[in-house]
Amino acid sequence: MSTVAVEVVYRGIFQKTLARNIVRSIVFAARKEGKIGTAFGRYGDSPERNGIPAKQFAIVSDSPEELEENLAVYEAREVDVTINVDDTMCKGIESWAWYGLQPINALTKPGGTLIVTSRQAADALIEDIHQKDSAYNLAIIPASTSYSGLWVYKDDHTDVRILGALAKVCPELVSLDSMVAALEDQGWGGLKATSARNTYDRLTSRPVEPGEGSDDEPFSFDLPGWKSMEEGLVIRGIEEGGGFRGGSLGDSYDPINTPSILPQGYEPTRNSVFKKFSTRAMRPVINFDTCIKCTLCWLQCPDTCFDVTPDGLYDANMEACCGCAVCEAVCPVPDCITMVNEAEFNDNNSQYEHWTRDKDGYHNWMAELIQIQKDKDSTRSHGYHSPGVYESESEVALTGDDD
Amino acid sequence: MATETLYQTEREELISGSEAIAIACAMADVDVITAYPIRPYDTVMQYVSKLKADGAFDCDFIVAESEHSQFEIVKHASAVGARTFCGSSGVGWFYAFEAITVTAGLRLPVVAMVGNRALDDPGAFGVEHNDAMAVRDLGWMLYWVGTAQEALDTALLAWRVAEDPRVFLPAAISCDGSFLTHSQAIVNVPTQEQVDQFLPQYDRGRLQLHPDNPITVAPQVNEDWLMEIRRQTDDAMRRCSDVIKEAYEEFKQLFGRGDSSPFIEEYMTEDADIIFVGMGTLAMPVRVAVRRMREQGKKVGFVRVKFFRPFATDEIREALSGCKAVAVVDRDYSYGSPSYGGVLFNEIRSALYELDQRPLAQSFIAGLGGREVLVRDVEEMAQMAQDSIDAGKVKQINTWIGVRE
Repeated sequence: MSTVAVEVVYRGIFQKTLARNIVRSIVFAARKEGKIGTAFGRYGDSPERNGIPAKQFAIVSDSPEELEENLAVYEAREVDVTINVDDTMCKGIESWAWYGLQPINALTKPGGTLIVTSRQAADALIEDIHQKDSAYNLAIIPASTSYSGLWVYKDDHTDVRILGALAKVCPELVSLDSMVAALEDQGWGGLKATSARNTYDRLTSRPVEPGEGSDDEPFSFDLPGWKSMEEGLVIRGIEEGGGFRGGSLGDSYDPINTPSILPQGYEPTRNSVFKKFSTRAMRPVINFDTCIKCTLCWLQCPDTCFDVTPDGLYDANMEACCGCAVCEAVCPVPDCITMVNEAEFNDNNSQYEHWTRDKDGYHNWMAELIQIQKDKDSTRSHGYHSPGVYESESEVALTGDDD
Repeated sequence: MATETLYQTEREELISGSEAIAIACAMADVDVITAYPIRPYDTVMQYVSKLKADGAFDCDFIVAESEHSQFEIVKHASAVGARTFCGSSGVGWFYAFEAITVTAGLRLPVVAMVGNRALDDPGAFGVEHNDAMAVRDLGWMLYWVGTAQEALDTALLAWRVAEDPRVFLPAAISCDGSFLTHSQAIVNVPTQEQVDQFLPQYDRGRLQLHPDNPITVAPQVNEDWLMEIRRQTDDAMRRCSDVIKEAYEEFKQLFGRGDSSPFIEEYMTEDADIIFVGMGTLAMPVRVAVRRMREQGKKVGFVRVKFFRPFATDEIREALSGCKAVAVVDRDYSYGSPSYGGVLFNEIRSALYELDQRPLAQSFIAGLGGREVLVRDVEEMAQMAQDSIDAGKVKQINTWIGVRE
């Protein structure tokens, strides 16, 4: 071994302490074996907006000279292990720090390992994860996504379970004993050390073959050169929106006297290369039959993600939705908008189109998703206000009805 | 009191350059610290406030309403005899400039950290050296740190030198944004005893603003006095070099680490044909590239400039006198400067002028706004320097590296 690099991909702010605990513990553990290391965050991701995909790295080498090759960079060029602490990011990640969608396994070395905390089965995850040219391993730690706040840390042992798993999948990094010794140094002996050992013992991984996984092309765009940029730091505005699904606003549209009457619907123009949806950990599911067309979701959405349909309904565009749940919070109709775990979805297709095509089918699909959301194993918090989520969790805690 | 129990034994910590300076603040028992948030320097204040909240040390920690007030407050605190610390980044540092210029003129030994950041606009968080460099003509000492360890050590050195009565000048410690301020490395934290031995109390003596010592500071003087005052500050800056050397030698003895020179770090320069010159964390990819090129038999070396002010003219001249080409890599730029070159480049080229046998000198602009400087970029620059040697002259003096056409 010369150098081992590990990345932790996490959701900004809610999982920052979790990521920090992991990368620092790696360096401490490596120190136990006389190695030298560094821990750093992917700089462009901070200030971390709620839920934005972000990264921290731990790099460990035998000597300072070897380590130096990995210093003064933002990202390791490749990593031995990628740790993903929110399975919804298996669909790919986009943030301030890079342009376009980066597959979750983009930096994972051939033969390396992707560790994911998830309640999903391996096959379901691989369906979301982009294909690679080379084989790697997938290891799943069975766990709900661990979310905390800025000021509090939810000490649910996710950190030490990942560190135990890491010692198993990457023994050339550190031994389990060194890892546990580093945990004890940080005051994490006892139950936390036991959790690390248990995960080490129970972890299984499965190979992912070249070409296995999603064949979606990750979106990206070309950065301009200095000769092609406009001078004066000027960026041209994008064109105004048009009718629903790209049509015109129609002859009867009167922008002066009746701007809010849109016979052809309205679809705002969006930046085609900055989609932001990888920030989304939950998505709104809309019951179009109970919608009273009050416009509140459309008005309050901070990302202008609602398209106005010609019949005056509001279709949340999943290429633009960050999953902030403001629409659910402002909707005055009970059960018209429900936030559902993003892990349950495999595409960004229009819910409105699904509903107009097959109303019964849509209702069954929606009912099933809402039921899954109520099931405690799938229940997740996206960190924002989400009616029902915390209440249902506290109910479980009070009655002790938990495994 | 608390610091005595905290820092009784030498120990390793995994900390960023900012955290290392915050620890230095605690160990130096700084009296007055002023903060105002701007990335990336703010990490130092986060850690200072945490140390204070944890009871690790006591100081007047004042969150000012702007950078300008931040620097005004420490300036005044320094005048009454308080050891001080503050800092900023990018345009925040520029907003404080009225206070920054007078601090040197009044010979007040404020120590500041500059978390190097590109100047707006365009907004960017990444490292660029133009922010700190703006004090180069003002009587501030200016140091570029290479590692988190050096950040801690340099902060201690800065108070020691700045508060020396032979000097009484402010000092700025430049730390590259992200690569130092936000990257954690293993740092040896010294004992309180070592620090106390190295760092005497700040004694302003007859210059102290105090009711028992009635003085006026900073009257309006106009042309009658001004030139003499400038010459005094010049003399203080000239005296810095000896004080730095003296303090650095003592530091090495007490702490058991340090380079051969406090002013520059020489890396594989001895028989080098091409010598790179640069500052800060740029050293990391350059040293890696130098090692690789040495393996291929290429005679390349590197000089890292640590003190930009005072500029170690003699040492730099000596380090570069034997080579065929000097390749200066600037993480800054001076629009319309001589040969349209980097700031460091023009300083280096000026220092070389007195040599009988002058090496070729070439300027490279790289890593602006925090763009990564890669090993292959350094190898490319080496090739261009070699082409100049082969041609016997530099055809294009300045080259932008890694810019999209």
